[in-house]
Amino acid sequence: MTTPSDPPTARSGPRAEHVVPARTLLATAAALLALTALTVAASRLDLGAVNAVVALAIACAKASIVALFFMHLLYERRFPRVILVASALFAALFVAFVVFDTTQYQPDLRAREAQAPPPAR
Amino acid sequence: MTAPALDRAVPAAPRPRFLAGHFEDLGAQTETAQLGIWLFLGSEILFFGGLFTAYGVYRANHLELFRYAHHFLDWRLGALNTVVLIGSSLSAAWSVRCAQLGQRRGLRATLLVTLLLAAAFMAVKYLEYSHKLHHGVGWGASCHPDAEILGELPAALRAVPVPARLGTFFAVYYLMTGLHGIHVLAGMGLYLWLLARARRGDFGPEYWAPVDTVALYWHLVDMIWIFLFPLFYLIG
Amino acid sequence: MIPAARAAEPAGAPAESYLAHGRGPRAWLLTLDHKRIGVMYLVVITLALLLGGVFALVLRLNLWRPGGGLVSNDTYNKLFTLHGAVMIFLFVIPGIPAALGNFVLPLQLGAKDVAFPRVNLLSFWLYAIGATLFVAVLAVGGVDTGWTLYPPYSLEDARGLGILLALAAVFVAGFSSILTGVNFIASIHRLRAPGMGWFDLPLFLWALYATGVIQIIATPVLGITAAMGFMDRLFHLGLFMPEYGGDPVLFQHFFWFYSHPAVYIMILPAMGIVSEVVSVFSRKPIFGYRYIAMSSIAIAVIGFFVWGHHMFVSGQSRWTNLVFSFLTLLVAIPSAIKTFNWLATMYKGAIDLRTPMVYVLSFFAIFGVGGLTGLFLGALATDVPLHDTYFVVAHFHFVMVGAVLTAFLAGLHYWWPKMTGRMYGEGMARLAAALVFVGFNVTFVPQFFAGVAGMPRRYATYAPAFLGWNRASTVGAFVLALGMGLALGGLLASLRSGRRAPANPWGAASLEWTTPSPPPHENFEATPRPTGPYDFTGLRRVSDEAGWIRVPAEAAP
Repeated sequence: MTTPSDPPTARSGPRAEHVVPARTLLATAAALLALTALTVAASRLDLGAVNAVVALAIACAKASIVALFFMHLLYERRFPRVILVASALFAALFVAFVVFDTTQYQPDLRAREAQAPPPAR
Repeated sequence: MTAPALDRAVPAAPRPRFLAGHFEDLGAQTETAQLGIWLFLGSEILFFGGLFTAYGVYRANHLELFRYAHHFLDWRLGALNTVVLIGSSLSAAWSVRCAQLGQRRGLRATLLVTLLLAAAFMAVKYLEYSHKLHHGVGWGASCHPDAEILGELPAALRAVPVPARLGTFFAVYYLMTGLHGIHVLAGMGLYLWLLARARRGDFGPEYWAPVDTVALYWHLVDMIWIFLFPLFYLIG
Repeated sequence: MIPAARAAEPAGAPAESYLAHGRGPRAWLLTLDHKRIGVMYLVVITLALLLGGVFALVLRLNLWRPGGGLVSNDTYNKLFTLHGAVMIFLFVIPGIPAALGNFVLPLQLGAKDVAFPRVNLLSFWLYAIGATLFVAVLAVGGVDTGWTLYPPYSLEDARGLGILLALAAVFVAGFSSILTGVNFIASIHRLRAPGMGWFDLPLFLWALYATGVIQIIATPVLGITAAMGFMDRLFHLGLFMPEYGGDPVLFQHFFWFYSHPAVYIMILPAMGIVSEVVSVFSRKPIFGYRYIAMSSIAIAVIGFFVWGHHMFVSGQSRWTNLVFSFLTLLVAIPSAIKTFNWLATMYKGAIDLRTPMVYVLSFFAIFGVGGLTGLFLGALATDVPLHDTYFVVAHFHFVMVGAVLTAFLAGLHYWWPKMTGRMYGEGMARLAAALVFVGFNVTFVPQFFAGVAGMPRRYATYAPAFLGWNRASTVGAFVLALGMGLALGGLLASLRSGRRAPANPWGAASLEWTTPSPPPHENFEATPRPTGPYDFTGLRRVSDEAGWIRVPAEAAP
C-alpha cells in the first residue's frame, strides 16, 4: 500500500455528501402522483393524435422529476447528466430514424403485399 | 533518498473496512461507483430503446391494431402499478437518506418497503398476465383470444373482427413489460442483498454507496415504467 | 520516481512481478488484477484468431477452383458465417481494448487497477462464455446465414439450434463489451494520477474512452436485437418474420445500429496504438495532439449516424438512403485529420524502424486504401453495383484486418516487453511483419478487382473469368498466415529465450514505462508523477540492457 507523495486533489479525499431533504423527496413523490392522475385524465379525452403527444410529454416530465430529485441529478456533477441526456438522445435518434424509414417504405410494401400476400400460418 | 524515509514516518490511519485497495478514500470510491452505475444505466436506456423502436414502428404502421389491442389492458391495474412503483422509488430514495444519516432502523424499514412494493408490482403483473394467458391472449402466433375475454372489450370493438396481427401487438407488449418485469425481479434480489447487509450493520454515514447505486438502478426501472404505462395502457 | 534515487535505494528485494504474485489456477481464473485479466483475454483472443484464420484458409482453398469442391457448398456457407462471427465478435471487437487496453490503461493512468476490478473479471468470463457458445454453434452443425444473421432466412425453423446458440453468444459477449466500456470510462475519469489533466492523457486512452462510449451506447441495441431474434424464432412473435406479420428490414436497422459503430470500436483503439508508436519511434511529440484526441470523439459520435449505408439496397426508403450517404462521407474527415497528423509527426523525425514501427507504416498504407475504398461504398450510386461483391469484402478486410490487425500486432510488440519482461527477437519479428504486409496485400488487392468485375461475395463457386484474382488471393492468404505464424512464434519463443527487458526499452514517456518490466502486482511503488506523455526531453538511452532513463533537468550541465 502506498501513501501519495502529493496532497490529495479535489477528486479524491472526503467531500460533503449531499443528503436530499425529506421534504424534497415527499414533494417529488406527490408531483409524480399528480402527474399520473393528469395523464390518466388526459387519456380519457379523445384528442386524436394529440393524445400520444400529451402522454409522452407528461411521461418525459415525470421521468425528469425522477432523474433530478430521486436520482439527485440536480445535485450531481455535470457528467452523469451528460450520460443520461446523451443516452436518451441516442435512443430517440434510433427510434426516430427507424420509424421514419419504415413509414416511408410502407407504400412499397403494401403494393407488394397486395400483389402477392405473404403465406398465412 | 529522503523520500522513502518520509513516507515511512507518516503513521497510517486504519483503512476503512469496505475501501478497495485501488482507491485513496471512500469519497473517491463512492463517486466512482456512482459514475459506474450511471454509465450502466445509459446502456440500459439503449437496451430498452430498441424495444421502444419496435413499438414505434409497429404503432406507426398499424395504428388501428394498437387502437384495438390496447383495450385488452386494464388501465386501472396499470395505474395501480404506477403508484406502487412511485412509492417504491420514494422508499428507495429515502433509504439512501437513512444510510447517509446513519438511521439504521429507518434504513432497514425503507429497504423492506421498497422490496415489498416491488413484490406488489410483480403480483399485479402476475394477475394481468395470467388473466390474458388463461384466455388465449398469448404472443405472436399464439394469440387466440377466446370469447370470454373478447366479451370484456367495449361494445364498439366487439363488433369488429379480431385483427390478424394481434399477435404482433402482444409480442411487443409481453417483451417490453416482461423485460421490465425481469428488471424488477433483479431489483428485488438486489434489495434482499442490501437488507442482509443492512442487518449486519455494513452501512452508515461513511459507507452507503451500494444503497445509492442500487437505488439509482431502481429509479431507472421506475422511469421505464413511466413510459410503458401510457404507451400501452392509455393512448388509443 | 527519480532515477537517481532508485539507483541509490538499498538492494533489498524488489517488488515481485505480477506474474509471480499468487500461483495456481485460481490465482489466475479468479484474479482481480487487470494485468492478469488482460493476459487471459490475450490467450483466448489469439485462439479465436487462429480458429477464424483456419476457417479463412479453408474458404480460400475452396476458391482455388471455380467449381469449388473442397467442401460442399453448404459447408462453405457455414464456414464463412463462422469465420465472420468468430473474427468479429471474438477477435476484432474485443481484441485491442480487452487484451491490450486492460493491461495498459491503469498503467498509463498511474493507477493500481481499473475502477471496478470485479466487473472486469466478470467481463472476461462473459467473453469466455460467449466464445464457448460460438464453439457450441460448430458442435450442433453451424449456421449458414452469414455473420449478419439476417431474417427471414436465419429465423426459419429449419436453421435448427445453431442460430439460437449464435444469438445467445452474441448477447452474452455483448455484455462483456458493455462492462469493459463502463470500466474504462470510469477509470479515465476517476483514477488519473495527480497532476494528469484530460489533455495530459496518452492518446491511446482517448481512443479507449471514445471506444467505451460506443460500447455503452451501441452494444445494448445488439443485445436486444439478439434477444428479439431469439424469441421471434422460438415463439413466432411476428417481429421480423413476414409470415407472422413482421418486417425483416427492421432487423437490419437494429443490427446495423450496433454493427456500424462496432467498426469504430475496432478501429479507434487501433488508431490509439498508432498514435503512441508513431510518436515514440519518430522521437517526436505527436503532431496535433488535441485534434487527434477530439477526432476520436468525433468518429465515435458521427459513427452513430451512418448505419444505413449497409442497407442501401435493402428496401430502405429513398430519403433515408440520401441522408445516410451524406453523413457517411462526413465520417472520413476526422479519420483524415488523424492520418495527416500522424504523417506530420514523422516529418523530420528520427525514424526507428523496429517492429512496432514497421507495423505502423503498414497501417498507414493499408488504412489509406481501406478508408478511401469506403468512399465508393458510401456514395449511393457506386454502392449499388458494388454491394455484395468482393469489393465490399476487400474494403472491410483492408480496414478490419489490414488496419486493426496490423495495429494490434504493433501494440502487441510494443507492449510485449512490459507485459512479459522479455524482448522479442527483432529480426524474426520484422520478417514476419514484412510477410504479413505482403501476404495481406496479395490476398486482398485482387479482391477489389474481382469485385469490380462483378464477382459476388459469399459464393462457394464463381465464373471462370475470376480465376486469376482468386488464385492470387489464395496464395496471399497462405503468405499472410505464414507471416502471422512467424510473428506469433517469435513472441512465444521470446518467453523462453528473450533478453530481459528494461523498464523503458523504447524511450517512451507515458507512465507505463516508469515501472519495471513486468510490473509489480500494484503497478507502481509510489504514486507516479506524470510528465507529458510525448515529452521525450531528458530521456537518455543507456544501453540495450538498461534501456532509457529520464535524466533530471538539474543533472544537465
